[in-house]
Amino acid sequence: MSRIGVFTCWCGENIARTVDVDEVTRRVAELPGVRCALNYKYMCSDPGQAMVREKIASEKLDGVVVASCSPHMHLKTFRKAAQAAGLNPYLVEMANIREQCSWVHHDREQATNKAVEIIGLAVAKVRNDAALEPIRVPVTRRAMVVGGGVAGIQAALDIADAGYEVVMVERQPSIGGKMAGLSETFPTLDCSQCILTPRMVEVGQHPRIKLYSYSEVEAVEGFVGNFNITIRQKARYVDIAKCTGCGECWTVCPQKKILSEFDYGMGMRTGIYIPFPQAVPARPVIDSSVCVKLKRNGCGLCEKRCKAGAINYKDEDRLVEEKVGAIVVATGYKLYSISKEQDKASLAGYGEYGYGKYKDVIDALQFERLVSASGPTGGVIKRPSDGATPKNVVFIACVGSRDNAKGLTYCSKICCMYTAKHTMLYKHKVHDGQAHVFYMDIRAGGKNYDEFVRRAIEQDGAKYYRGRVSKITEENGKLIVRGADTLAGVPVTVEADLVVLASAMRPADGVEELAQKLNIGYDEFGFLMESHPKLRPVETNTAGIYIAGACQAPKDIPEAVAQASAAASKVQVTLSADQLTREPEIATINEQTCAACFTCVHACPYHAIDRAEVRTPRGVFVKRTARVNPGLCMGCGTCVSVCPSKSADLQGFSDQQVYAMVESLA
Amino acid sequence: MNIGYYPGCALHGTSNEYEQSLRACLGALEVHLQEIKDWICCGATAAHSLNHKLSLALPARNLALAQKEGVQELFAPCPLCSMQLLRVQKEAANEQVRQELSAIVEAEVQSTGQVLNLIQLFQKVGVERLRAAVKAPLSSLSAACYYGCLLTRPPEVVHFDDFEQPTGMETIVTALGAKTVEWNYKTECCGAGLTMAGEDTVLELAHKILSNAAAHGANCVVVACPMCHVNLDMKQAAAERRFGTKLNMVIYYLSDLVGLALGLPAEQLGINRHFVTKA
Amino acid sequence: MDVLPSQVMRLLQLGRPERVLRSQAIWQCVSCQTCSTRCPKSADPAGVIDYVRERALAEDSISPAQQPIVIFQKAFLNNVRRNGRVNELELTARFKTGVFLRTRQTGWLFKDAGLAPQLRKRDRIHFTSERAQDRALVERIFARCSRAAV
Repeated sequence: MSRIGVFTCWCGENIARTVDVDEVTRRVAELPGVRCALNYKYMCSDPGQAMVREKIASEKLDGVVVASCSPHMHLKTFRKAAQAAGLNPYLVEMANIREQCSWVHHDREQATNKAVEIIGLAVAKVRNDAALEPIRVPVTRRAMVVGGGVAGIQAALDIADAGYEVVMVERQPSIGGKMAGLSETFPTLDCSQCILTPRMVEVGQHPRIKLYSYSEVEAVEGFVGNFNITIRQKARYVDIAKCTGCGECWTVCPQKKILSEFDYGMGMRTGIYIPFPQAVPARPVIDSSVCVKLKRNGCGLCEKRCKAGAINYKDEDRLVEEKVGAIVVATGYKLYSISKEQDKASLAGYGEYGYGKYKDVIDALQFERLVSASGPTGGVIKRPSDGATPKNVVFIACVGSRDNAKGLTYCSKICCMYTAKHTMLYKHKVHDGQAHVFYMDIRAGGKNYDEFVRRAIEQDGAKYYRGRVSKITEENGKLIVRGADTLAGVPVTVEADLVVLASAMRPADGVEELAQKLNIGYDEFGFLMESHPKLRPVETNTAGIYIAGACQAPKDIPEAVAQASAAASKVQVTLSADQLTREPEIATINEQTCAACFTCVHACPYHAIDRAEVRTPRGVFVKRTARVNPGLCMGCGTCVSVCPSKSADLQGFSDQQVYAMVESLA
Repeated sequence: MNIGYYPGCALHGTSNEYEQSLRACLGALEVHLQEIKDWICCGATAAHSLNHKLSLALPARNLALAQKEGVQELFAPCPLCSMQLLRVQKEAANEQVRQELSAIVEAEVQSTGQVLNLIQLFQKVGVERLRAAVKAPLSSLSAACYYGCLLTRPPEVVHFDDFEQPTGMETIVTALGAKTVEWNYKTECCGAGLTMAGEDTVLELAHKILSNAAAHGANCVVVACPMCHVNLDMKQAAAERRFGTKLNMVIYYLSDLVGLALGLPAEQLGINRHFVTKA
Repeated sequence: MDVLPSQVMRLLQLGRPERVLRSQAIWQCVSCQTCSTRCPKSADPAGVIDYVRERALAEDSISPAQQPIVIFQKAFLNNVRRNGRVNELELTARFKTGVFLRTRQTGWLFKDAGLAPQLRKRDRIHFTSERAQDRALVERIFARCSRAAV
C-alpha cells in the first residue's frame, strides 16, 4: 500500500475551529505512503465526494483516509464513493478527528497535534488493509413464527401476504393465544373472539401458512437465511386430515370433569376435547393423562363413535424438519401465579390474599372467562364457590407487579386498563352490583385510554380507592377485604362476594429453554431481549431472529400487533433476495496453524465457529481445525484474543494492522 | 436433650405459670433446660422504641453469655426475646457491628448458634415422637392456634414458618389429638406490651381476636407467647366488660397442651393459675 | 391514628417531620411488623417509626395524650438499668406515680388495682424479685448506649 490519499474535512467550523486543518494537511502529506493530502469544508457533500473520486482516478490511489467525523456517520458514504471510482471499499478508513478530537479539546496546538496522530494511525491501518469482498449467504425464503397468539398471527399473515411461506408452530391444540379467551378488549370493548377469529381462520386457510398446532420447536440449527428447525408434533391421537370436527367424540367421552386449561380452571372439559368452539384447527385432541383407553385400555367410545375413523390410539409424537430463513418468536405471556406454588425462588406468592385457598379470589384471566359469552357460565357472572351473583366485587391492582420485596419489580402495563374494563363489564351485567378497585397509580397512556378509565368511574360507578389491600379473610361466606385510601387518609374495608387479582404479566412457560435453543438473550424475568430498547425493538442480537408481542415485555394488543407487523417487515428484508450480503469484517482462522484446541468455539458468543476438518482434494483427512461460519460471525474479536496459536484474526482489524497503528505512534 | 434456656423477665415475673408449664412438660420429655447464668432483660419494647443501640446491646449480651457457656441451641419462650436475639445475630453478621456490640457488652458476640421459639423446640423434639407419647388425646378441644406478631415477623429476621398462613402450631396440636380451626386472626397483634399503658388498644384487639376464634368454632386458644397470654387471658374479663360480650375462652400455652396430652395433671402445668379456667 | 403509617413515611420523604414527631400515632403503633412485612419496597415503616420515637424523645416532642406510654417505656428501661431484669412491682409503682404526676388523673393510680390480689392469689406476684448479679456491667452497657440519660 503506497498511494494513499488523505482527505481532511473542516466539517464547517466543527473541526476547523479547533484543529488547524491546513497544518494537518501539510504534516500528513509527509507520512510514509501518502500520495496526496488535501482538505475541504464538507467532505461528505457531493463536491467533497467528487474530490475523493477524482483523486482516486488521477493519482491512482490504492488507499483512502478521510479525516472527519465518526465512522458511524459516513464510513458507508465514503466507501460507496470509493467503490464508484473503482477502488475496493474496504481500502477506505476514517480518522475520527471530530468526536474524538475537535469536539473534546480546546487547545488548538494540542488538538492539531492529536489530529495528526489520529490520521497517522488510520494511514498505518489502511496500508495493511486487504481488499475484502462482502460475504454472500444463500437464503431460504421462508419464515417460521413460533407462537400462534395475536402477535404470531399478525406476523404470519403479513409475511405470507407478502408472498413468502410461513411455518407456524403453536404448542396449544389451537391458535388464538390469550386473546381468544378474553371477553372484550379495551378501549373499544370489542368482543375479543369476534375480532380475532377471522384472523385465525385466515391463518388456517392461508395457502402459504403451514400450521403445526399442538407442536413445539424441538431443535434449531443454522444461521440467518439457513435455519434447520426440528419440530415435535405432539400426539393428538386424532388424525386431523380425516377428522371432520363433527364433535361426536367429545359428546360421548365419559371423562367430563377435567379442569379446562382454556377456562383457567373456571370450567370443565372432556378427555377428548377441543379447547373452544372456534378453535383453529377445529380438531380435537386426547388428553393422554386422563384417557382411560390410553392409560388402561378401557373405554374406546370415541373411536367407536367416530364415523370418519379419525381416532388413532397408536399415535406418537413425530419429529418434522423444516428449513427457514428467518424466525419470529411470539410466545406470549402467562400470569403470576396467585397460589402458593411458584416456579422461581424469588417469588413468594401472596399469602395475605389467601394463596388461592379462597375459591372466590381469582385472577384476571379467570374473570375474563366468567364474563365471556362463550365462557363456562355463558357470560353470567357467578362466583365460583356457590354460583351466586356477586353484588360487590373487589379488583386489586398491582398483584406481583412493582414489588421489590416478593414479586416482580416491573409494571405489567395492561392491568390498570383491563381492571377498568372489568369494572365496566361487570356493571353492564350486574346492574345493581358495585365494583371496588384498589390501586396505587393509574397507567392509561394510550389513545382514548385515560378517557376509558374515567368512564368506568364516572359512568359505570366504579369506586376507586388509592391504596393497597393488606389482607383478605373469609367470614360467613363473604370476603373481608381490608385496604386503605391514602388520598382520604382512611382505612377501607369492603365485604366482597368476589375478588379479582390483577396479577403480573410474565413470559410464557418454557421461553428460556426456547431462547437457549435459538441462542437469543433473555433478561432476569425471562423476557426476550431486543437488540436496542429504543431503536431496535423487534430484532435480537442473533441475526435472522425477531421477537414480537408480550414475550418481549408486557404490552397490550395494539402494541403486540404493531410489533408483529414490525417484525414481519424485518423478516421481509431478510428474505427479500436469494442471497444475504454481510459485511466481511469477520474473523478468519488460519487452518494451517490452528491447533484445534477449540477454545474459540467455546468463547464465541454467537456460536459462529465450527469444528471442521482439513482434507486433501481426494478426501484424505489431514487435520482438524476450527472454522468460522461467515453467516453468523459478528466480528467481535473474542476468538482472536483467546486463540493460543494466534491462528484467529479479524479481517479489517488484523493483529498486523493494530501493531502497525501502535508503532506509528512511536 | 440439653438445651440452653433464656427465660426472659416475663417468665420470672407475672408469667411464671408459663415457666411452670414448660418445666413440667419438658421434664416429662426429658428435655433439660440449662438456664443461662446471669442473663439480663432483652430490652423488650422499651429498648427498640427508645434506644436502638440498647435494643441490640441487651440481647447481644445474652447471646454472648450463651455462647460462653457453650450453648449451641438457645430456647427463648417469649417471642419478643427470641426475635430480638435473632435480630442481633443478623446484624452481627456485619463484622463492624459485631465488634462494636462485643465491646459494649464486654463479651464476644457471635452470629452463629440457633435460637428456638416454643414451636421450634417441639419440632426439634419431633412431632412424631410427641404423637407417639400421647396418653390422653385432647379430643374435646377445638383450638384456635394464635401466633401473634413476632413468631413469624419480621420474616427476614425470624425465618419461621409461612408468615401469612403459618401451620407449625396446628401440626403439633393435631398430633396431640385436638382439632384446630381455620380462623382469621392467627397473626394479628394482641397489643403486646401496651397492657398497662395502652389498655384500650389491647382490649379492642383482644376482643376481636377472641370473638373471631369463637365465631370459627374454637373452644380455646393456644399461644406461645407470655404477652399474648396476658392480653387474652388476664385481660379477658376487662374486654368482656368493655364490649359487653361473654367470651369464656381458655387460653392455653402450647406447652400446657403437650403436657396434658402426655397425661400430666393441669395443676402441675400451672393451668389453674390462669385467669380463665373453664369449670 | 392521627397520622397514618403511609403518611408518616410521606411526611418524612417530604422533609416535614414535625407533625410526625408530635403525633400520637408513633406511640399507638404496637410494632407488630405487619407493615414492614407487607411493604413492596421493603421501606421498613416499623423501623422508621422506632427511629422517629427515639427522635421525639430526644427532642422532647411527645404528644401529650400519649405520655403514659412513654412514661411506661422510660420507667421500664430505668428499671432494667437498675436491676438488670424487670422488677414488676417496682415498675408498676414508678409507672403509676409517674403518669399520675404528669396527667393528674387519679384513675391511673387505681386502675387494675383489682388485678393485684388476683395475681397474688395465683402466686404470680412476688414481693421480692430477682436481680442480675453483675448490675455494674448493666449500668456500663446502658451508659455506652446512651448519649443522654434515658
